[in-house]
Amino acid sequence: MNEWYVYLIVFATGGLICFLGQVLIIKTKMTSARILVTFVVLGVFLEAVGLFDPISEFCRAGINVPIIGFGASLAKGAISAVKANGILGIFTGGLTATAGGIAAAIFFAFIFGIIFRAKTKKL
Amino acid sequence: MQDQERNKRYNAYVEAKIAKTHAWPSLFNSFWVGGLICTLGQVINDLILLWFPTVSTQSAWAYTLIILIFLASFLTGLGVFDKIGAFAGAGTIVPITGFSNSIASPAIEFKNEGIIFGMCAKMFIIAGPVIVSGTVASMIVGLIYLFL
Repeated sequence: MNEWYVYLIVFATGGLICFLGQVLIIKTKMTSARILVTFVVLGVFLEAVGLFDPISEFCRAGINVPIIGFGASLAKGAISAVKANGILGIFTGGLTATAGGIAAAIFFAFIFGIIFRAKTKKL
Repeated sequence: MQDQERNKRYNAYVEAKIAKTHAWPSLFNSFWVGGLICTLGQVINDLILLWFPTVSTQSAWAYTLIILIFLASFLTGLGVFDKIGAFAGAGTIVPITGFSNSIASPAIEFKNEGIIFGMCAKMFIIAGPVIVSGTVASMIVGLIYLFL
């Protein structure tokens, strides 16, 4: 497949998901926390019913970079850990699979929180 | 009864006074900025696989997301992210950059309330609900798969 074609699909599908998020913000006046929660749970659901992988095959980063991909890896981790370790996997699977992202977000926020000062907000 | 009537009038008044946000520009901006962030993710992912062919697909995605998370929290620290966010709306919130920003932004903002109860505690004001709901949902999925 042509490389540029892939990037075009990524741009279009990723943009579409963000577009839908913006529609939700405008129509329901949801806050960003609710938007993130909605999309994460959507990702968990898509992975659970087995729809995420075929979509991911087509959209690549278009669905893996949006927070939906984060939800999907939570569910993917839980499912594969349950298959490998049984009941323990329910507890360990999800967070193990997403540990890298969560730890990175916490670590960088901590470092930059120490370094940078809050910009004074204009009221 | 009278209160209801008054509330209705008040709501109508507020509705009329609020500055009308034009929906179409924000929808357009969220589309192209969000698409661009995802494309950047794909470029980073492809470069990792090109330069480090031994890395597995799954690890490459993990590195990609970590790099995007780094960039987003750095730009949040510089104060640039908020400007892009005001312009693009969901275009920056929905990608993983929004998750990163939701942790970095309160970390910086609440630093003056102390490291422990300011920065460390307030970091999760938005990310907390996301992690909790995602974890609980994934555990329910794990429980279902246990019995399949």
